[in-house]
Amino acid sequence: MTEPLSFELSRDGAEPPRLPVAGVQAPGPADVLSKDVLRTRRPDLPRLSEPEIMRHYSRMASLNYSISEQFYPLGSCTMKYNPVANEAAASLPGFAGLHPYQDEETAQGALELMWQLERALCQVVGVDRVTLQPAAGAHGEWTALRMIQAYHRSRGDKRTQVLVPDSAHGTNPASAALSGFQVVEVKSGPDGRISLADLESKLSGSVAALMLTNPNTLGLFEREILDVAEMVHATGAMLYYDGANLNAFMGVCRPGDMGFDAVHMNLHKTFTTPHGGGGPGAGPVGVKAELVPFLPHPTVEKSDGHFTLDFKRPKSIGRVRSFYGNFGMLVRAYTYILAMGGDGLTQASLDAVLSANYLMKQVEGVLEIPHGGPCMHEFVASAHNLAADGIKALDVAKGLLERDFYAPTIYFPLVVPEAIMVEPTETESKATLDSFAAALKDIVSQARTDPAALHSEPRSLPVGRLDEVGTARQITAYLTGQSEDPILRWKRPAK
Amino acid sequence: MPYLVHSPQEREEMLAAIGVESMDALLADIPASLRIHDLKLPRGLSEFETMTAVRDLAAANRVFADRLTFRGGGVYKRFIPTAVAAVTGKPEFYTAYTPYQPEASQGTLQAIFEFQTLIAELTGMDVANASLYDGATAVAEAAMMARVQTGRDEILVAGYVHPEYVEVLLTFSEGRGLRVKRGDQPSAKTAAVIFQQPDFLGLLVDARALTERAHSVGALSIACVDPISLAIIAPPGEYGADIAVGEGQQLGLAASYGGPHVGFIACTKDLVRRLPGRLIGKSHDAQGRRGFVLTLTAREQHIRREKATSNICTNHSLCALAASVYLTYMGEAGLRQVADVGFQRAHYLAERLAALPGWEMAFPERQFLNEFPIIAPKSKPLLRKLAKKGILGGLDVSRWFRELKGVLTFTCTEVNDPAAIDELIQAVSA
Repeated sequence: MTEPLSFELSRDGAEPPRLPVAGVQAPGPADVLSKDVLRTRRPDLPRLSEPEIMRHYSRMASLNYSISEQFYPLGSCTMKYNPVANEAAASLPGFAGLHPYQDEETAQGALELMWQLERALCQVVGVDRVTLQPAAGAHGEWTALRMIQAYHRSRGDKRTQVLVPDSAHGTNPASAALSGFQVVEVKSGPDGRISLADLESKLSGSVAALMLTNPNTLGLFEREILDVAEMVHATGAMLYYDGANLNAFMGVCRPGDMGFDAVHMNLHKTFTTPHGGGGPGAGPVGVKAELVPFLPHPTVEKSDGHFTLDFKRPKSIGRVRSFYGNFGMLVRAYTYILAMGGDGLTQASLDAVLSANYLMKQVEGVLEIPHGGPCMHEFVASAHNLAADGIKALDVAKGLLERDFYAPTIYFPLVVPEAIMVEPTETESKATLDSFAAALKDIVSQARTDPAALHSEPRSLPVGRLDEVGTARQITAYLTGQSEDPILRWKRPAK
Repeated sequence: MPYLVHSPQEREEMLAAIGVESMDALLADIPASLRIHDLKLPRGLSEFETMTAVRDLAAANRVFADRLTFRGGGVYKRFIPTAVAAVTGKPEFYTAYTPYQPEASQGTLQAIFEFQTLIAELTGMDVANASLYDGATAVAEAAMMARVQTGRDEILVAGYVHPEYVEVLLTFSEGRGLRVKRGDQPSAKTAAVIFQQPDFLGLLVDARALTERAHSVGALSIACVDPISLAIIAPPGEYGADIAVGEGQQLGLAASYGGPHVGFIACTKDLVRRLPGRLIGKSHDAQGRRGFVLTLTAREQHIRREKATSNICTNHSLCALAASVYLTYMGEAGLRQVADVGFQRAHYLAERLAALPGWEMAFPERQFLNEFPIIAPKSKPLLRKLAKKGILGGLDVSRWFRELKGVLTFTCTEVNDPAAIDELIQAVSA
């Protein structure tokens, strides 16, 4: 089943919606503006009635898998249940109706919420201050690196390199490069953890920071983290924490205590604000005292029970986003933290680790687990053992879709061949984990008996596997003038 | 505990299945010196108590009635059709992830494809991306595209571009090798001229002349536009701009103290491979059924890593969905209607305010749409007086621009009914 585009459903005769009229005696645009300012060609927008619009989008919604209906074991993405209370909180008129340029006196509740959220996040990750401004994880990474850069520069220290493990997410090296750093890769050892010997050889007075996530992208805790921190700090460099995997240890340990100087968090992962099909999220960054002067402005301050925005921060790296960040997401995260409390957040992480280990145990012997031993909140399996049957990680992923599960993260981390990265989270029941393991077993047995059938999955979804290569080729044809169809948008067919 | 599913008994069963005695065995890799056993945070609350606490914070804000809000400056109160929240509130949309598995994500993918088409139509450009964080980061990403395309590093900011957008551009430029300067006279060193139409004060700029001047020295023209205004005035595509960017908050999103909103970016054919962020393309399966996929991913950070020219990983999908529902609901005629109503009411308000003693238009020779700058006597006490009467008066722009002392910008949309305008005039005159 597929749904036509709104443009294809459009009917020329459909009436426009009933809207307010001006109701005042005043000239219109055509009376005042000169002709060359006015638009000549009308935009070709769809014309549909409200009933048609609602049905169109409802049908489209039904084409999606989502956390509300399916298990979404996407490694590193922390797809946990999104509490409905969060949504109710963010849509309260006292928040949703607030204009960002109101006087601070009239926005005390919003400022207090931001202040309280900052305090709570400081507690969870063990830092001194947090900026809530970054709109997403990658945005937070880059914000942190800019602060680290400003810190070094303020000391007259021109450091040009950032170290990034080979297993890191692609945004890490991209964020470092876009801060003007040269990216130097640090290798993983045979057990999947960072190689101290390789780190030692790459550290020097030119290194501004090491970017690390812990547990690492293989779901393994970096046991030697305290040694890593000491080595990094001894050279005057800073340690940056990528918070993608924070869900592993809230209330169990804290990045700040491990020696991390800057810590980014994803509120849309750990703190249950929804992913929205790709955003909006929020990527706050926590810092230790020495980085506080460099925080983006404005910060939220409290004195005598009164909350203010502080724009006068001479060493600040500046603004990274307009206004005060994705405020609506901050409301959701704060609501979640209030409901969970310190005890609930701790239990959430313990359950996340328990679920991952339990599921890994069920999957052992079905798929390869290249780096065994207890995992934290996620584990990486490999479909390498199915290679002889011509089955790849991609086929396993598509087979899971056919069996009503969303697919794990595949082909990441890059250091594991045919990687299948599974993160079950604390909000999936034992019964769900069991049925997921059963589905994987079914796929593997099918790989052995009838691999061709697996190659043609999914069969019962709205569409089967799509010709992605063909799409890219057709776009090239458009861009080079060989085709009129842009592929990246609908275009009215020529009459 | 809220939102957790395992019962104590199930936890025991799972530990037994793993073959360990306790959770500590699973956490053995964590050095003892790092191990904590709780967080210094209050214990969790019931939903009732949670919502009471959150409602109290919401109630500590003073929200002005939409009809009595005459303040804009980049965020505007507008009529939002109920259909918008009814669609974005569907859990199939808001609890889905980035559509990595296209077979199971056609709803999100098609919605973004429609968004890309709607933005391309509205701006008159060839192609739009799946959205960005906000208007400010859209401007900054566009500047980076120009740098990569032209190999030049100077970015000229012409006229009154939103001051926060310029601040974000400055923060972005550090490390990306951009030199941001103010001015409207590009040279052979200029990568792009950035202007806002209408500008931060609400005034129309000569977008055509700025674009021609940029092109005459081989620089790009980047137009930061108000999407509703494009129902009336020439879109960037009609005057030959290379990149169109802007803030989409007005397309069905609440003010929400400044976010989340949605940035958009659209460009000419020549620049498509320089676009940051996600792009959705049309495809088909083996049976010939049409479907949509993430495409041209070779531009992105997960492939290019440190060679990527943007680190953006996601978009603001759900906000883009809101914008799509809004634009589909309005259609071309509806969009023109709200743009016209705002235009007429703002001109009516400007005329009445300018007739008051001591008031005068700040730039009487310049044209505007639905937001305008006016010199108000005793502007700061005036705003306080209006607030007492429940009116959110104009925006004091001297906060950013010293030369605009005493200047307030007022905005009108379809929510500011004629009676509200009368109330404002009375309150000002009292």
